[in-house]
Amino acid sequence: MTFIPHAPKERDAMLKTIGVKSLEDLFKDIPEKHRFPNLHLPKALTEMEAAAELGELALGNENIRTDLVCFLGAGAYNHYIPAAVDHILRRSEFSTAYTPYQPEISQGTLQATFEYQSLIAALTGMEVSNASHYDGATAVAEAVNMAFAQFRGKRTKVVLSPAVNPQYRAVVRTYTQDMGLSIEGDDPSAKLAPDPQTLIPLINDNTALVILQYPDFFGRIYDFTALVEAAHSQGALVCIAANPIALGLLKTPGEMGADIVAGEGQPLGIPLSYGGPYLGFFATRKKYIHKMAGRLVGETVDNRSQRAYVLTLTAREQHIKRERATSNICSNQGLMALAAAIYLALLGPQGLRQVAELCYHKAHYAAEKIAEVPGYSPGFATPFFHEFTIHCPKPVAEINAHLLEHGFLGGYDLGQDYPGLKDQMLLAVTEMNTKEEIDALVDVLAEVAHD
Amino acid sequence: MTENLAVSIVEPTIYDLSSPGRTGVTFPAPDVPKAELPQGLLRSDLPLPELGEVDVVRHYTNLSTFNYNVDNGLYPLGSCTMKYNPKINEDTARLPGFAFAHPLQPVETVQGNLVLMYQLQEWLKEISGFAAVTLQPAAGAHGELTGVLIMHAYHNSRGDIKRKKMLIPDSAHGTNPASSSMSGLEVVQIPSDGRGNLDLAALKAACDETVVGLMLTNPNTLGLFDEHLEEAIQIVHTCGGLVYGDGANLNALLGIIRPGDMGFDLMHFNLHKTFSTPHGGGGPGSGPVGVSEKLADFLPSPIIGIVEEGQDDRLPLYGFLSPAKSIGRIKSFNGHFGMFVRAYTYIAMHGAEGLREIAEYAVLNANYIKARLNGKYAIPYDRTCMHEFVVEGQWAAAPGVRALDIAKRLMDYEFHPPTNYFPLIVHEALMIEPTETENKATLDAFADALIKIAEEAKTQPELLKEAPHKTPFGRMDEVKAARDLVLCCWLPEVNE
Amino acid sequence: MNIPANLKYTKTDEWFDPSTGKAGLTDYAQSQLSDIVFVEIVVAVGDAVKSGKPIASVESVKAAAESYAPVTAKVAAINEGLADNPEILNSDPYGKGWMIEIEGADVSGLMDAGAYTKYCEERSH
Repeated sequence: MTFIPHAPKERDAMLKTIGVKSLEDLFKDIPEKHRFPNLHLPKALTEMEAAAELGELALGNENIRTDLVCFLGAGAYNHYIPAAVDHILRRSEFSTAYTPYQPEISQGTLQATFEYQSLIAALTGMEVSNASHYDGATAVAEAVNMAFAQFRGKRTKVVLSPAVNPQYRAVVRTYTQDMGLSIEGDDPSAKLAPDPQTLIPLINDNTALVILQYPDFFGRIYDFTALVEAAHSQGALVCIAANPIALGLLKTPGEMGADIVAGEGQPLGIPLSYGGPYLGFFATRKKYIHKMAGRLVGETVDNRSQRAYVLTLTAREQHIKRERATSNICSNQGLMALAAAIYLALLGPQGLRQVAELCYHKAHYAAEKIAEVPGYSPGFATPFFHEFTIHCPKPVAEINAHLLEHGFLGGYDLGQDYPGLKDQMLLAVTEMNTKEEIDALVDVLAEVAHD
Repeated sequence: MTENLAVSIVEPTIYDLSSPGRTGVTFPAPDVPKAELPQGLLRSDLPLPELGEVDVVRHYTNLSTFNYNVDNGLYPLGSCTMKYNPKINEDTARLPGFAFAHPLQPVETVQGNLVLMYQLQEWLKEISGFAAVTLQPAAGAHGELTGVLIMHAYHNSRGDIKRKKMLIPDSAHGTNPASSSMSGLEVVQIPSDGRGNLDLAALKAACDETVVGLMLTNPNTLGLFDEHLEEAIQIVHTCGGLVYGDGANLNALLGIIRPGDMGFDLMHFNLHKTFSTPHGGGGPGSGPVGVSEKLADFLPSPIIGIVEEGQDDRLPLYGFLSPAKSIGRIKSFNGHFGMFVRAYTYIAMHGAEGLREIAEYAVLNANYIKARLNGKYAIPYDRTCMHEFVVEGQWAAAPGVRALDIAKRLMDYEFHPPTNYFPLIVHEALMIEPTETENKATLDAFADALIKIAEEAKTQPELLKEAPHKTPFGRMDEVKAARDLVLCCWLPEVNE
Repeated sequence: MNIPANLKYTKTDEWFDPSTGKAGLTDYAQSQLSDIVFVEIVVAVGDAVKSGKPIASVESVKAAAESYAPVTAKVAAINEGLADNPEILNSDPYGKGWMIEIEGADVSGLMDAGAYTKYCEERSH
């Protein structure tokens, strides 16, 4: 009865008011045959016991704060989270509120979301952001839904760069499997040239959307402007999946002409938490707003002439438009969007640029040092941000096992997804990695090469 | 009238508060030589606001005071299960082993996480009566999409490719039809009968060899357990269709009945409703899906399983398994792991008896408020309800008063309003779900307030029409919001 | 309620003017939807539309609806200005708020103003 506050006397009084004798009497509509099953679950724990059990489980993991030095990225990144972020998130005013359907008593959530939209628009160089999607992968899948709706189903092709995160590509395929779309370009055994111009011949007047990633899955950065222009000349839309920390330094997808900028917002103050909850951000041009999925907060005034905020254009969404809505999304990542907003507000332009530059410099230092180790060489000779690939002298799994023994969480094994990139490792370096750690990593890599 | 007055600002935005040169965090100087930045690929400006830490903390603290929340009081939103969220959940989810684990770590280094996920899968199977569970879906609607894709894939795998229709009751959540049409299915609406059950004759008429299945919320959005549930399921199964359970209302069924036992083929759970993970002002949710034996092979990949059996001196190794005919990956990484920790904590603290008590007291509380309101509000489909019920927010003696006015007036009595205007089949619907975590005194105060409002509606309707009066903000100009479309504190330059 | 006598009407609340070939949303429909904020004509000039098939999608602050072709015919013109000023559907549903213009149509299945008035009254209770 931990969270059930009824005294027996109160319960009995309530049953009397209802006009039944016992709690069981309330369940007469339930088929008797299956009523009150005997559930085989462990005996209930007190809070003290639960805290101990969960503590034990947590200790069954090696964490990247105290146990392991992390050089793994591939879509989720180890960044410093200023203390204030979680202190604000823990306020129950934010964490235990529902979707702000009653604006008079939800202005905290609404204004914070409006500010989040503004920050994402600023970061991506776009005109409007929605209130969030589940994660980077589903945000990209929703870009397909939006493009499909924009062309009212008349364009049925999506051109998907093979250099987009394999998990995003998998989710796009899962989402669209029954939509009658064809997906082209998504060939992991392709040459994977840094120059995505190879996608241009695939774009035609049946192409609804072209999906690119920036920096791409291999960490490479490339100016997509010409590609975007080529897509636009065929009337297609372009979605660029971007890393938000990189946008603290790099030219925005907005400047390149993208129609949609989506991505994983986890690097913005959200703990790795073994994969979630994270944050899908989604920004677009104002002219596409009616086909965009997800909630949207707009500014207005209340009847006391106070500036205020409401969920707006809600008739686009499933609770009103039902089967004709662009998407079925309802719950989003409200609290994670708040985390990202607080993070961006705390860092500001100086702090975010600083983090981005630290990532950049440290990653380049690491890449350079590793390339000096005999047996290792850079995978691509292309500009990169904070992730890069290296050819390894041995299978990546073997190297990673060795790194793990020395307390390093090694890079991502690209051979898992790309047959042509066997023995290539994707390493991520962030502001969290010190020079000592990078030097130590290089030493261990050298040691493995010699074994 | 208001247009003539200057608009006042209660809390400035972070952009209003910005002052050039400030920052809330500084980072160490680089300890490595600087690399050359990629000229030509640098952004020209970065229009973020500039604030100190104290400015940021005060801003968000001020904003937070404008929010009603579960720690304030009753939050009786029907079909949303706004129960109290135990504080211990927030602590366990932040344990370093959980919060600082990278999703792609080798499984040997994250056995604690994998054991927790495996155990949660097992518990959800036991609670629901399903054969297999995926934890991947991020929210209820995402679980529905997963479920619909599974249903479609199941039929297709049998060469049964004519099935293109999804049957959905008129009382269903909008996510049901939206999830179906995302999978390219045609939605066929099934009406409810006079007692709030699915109309069996209409169901029968709609069932043929083109039906993928039925999506059914049970208890339904009227808070009623369908009196002919098994028959309805039978009808769908007879035509070869599958029955999907929308688990939004599972709180009423914990330890009472298992959807799998009743014949449902699959169902999503809402960890953020039933299992006490916080709603976060709109999310994150978490929407695991349970399926029967014959659908287990179609679950999204991967699911958590034992990849190496243990021996006397060695624990089993937990890892990822790929179901044979999987619909694919529905989300990146491993689902909303932080929500799994909270739900695990909650289930561990309840056990079988505790879970049954949750349902019993949730149903007791709903029926108690319903009994208290009887005679003051019209209650369509007046029979024993489950965890929620629907009243009409209108009276012949109070023309012009609508459910919306009642909702707004409740705020003056310091309660969050119930869900209103849903389900669509009740006029001026107010859908009330108190949950089990509210005591009798709170329920009485809420019922008293609603009864008082019913009187006010007849004697002083203007009190309702102009409500709320005591909240920091009044009614909103929603037309202005939609027509002016100011969606951003600053307007970026348009790059044409 | 404004129900001009010279027009024909559908059960899904569209009007059709046999003399000009124009069609749109009735005053009753716009008042039920209230403040309209988005309209998208989903057919193009030259399309053959079938009576009862969608021609436009309309969203208001609180509701969403589809508008259907009142008759089977060919689309001769669409009201391009509507997308930028959807509120015209509220203020002038029979004038500037026309949606499409069609040519060569059989109006025998449509209601006259009297029948439509009755039909609206029935639904108001």
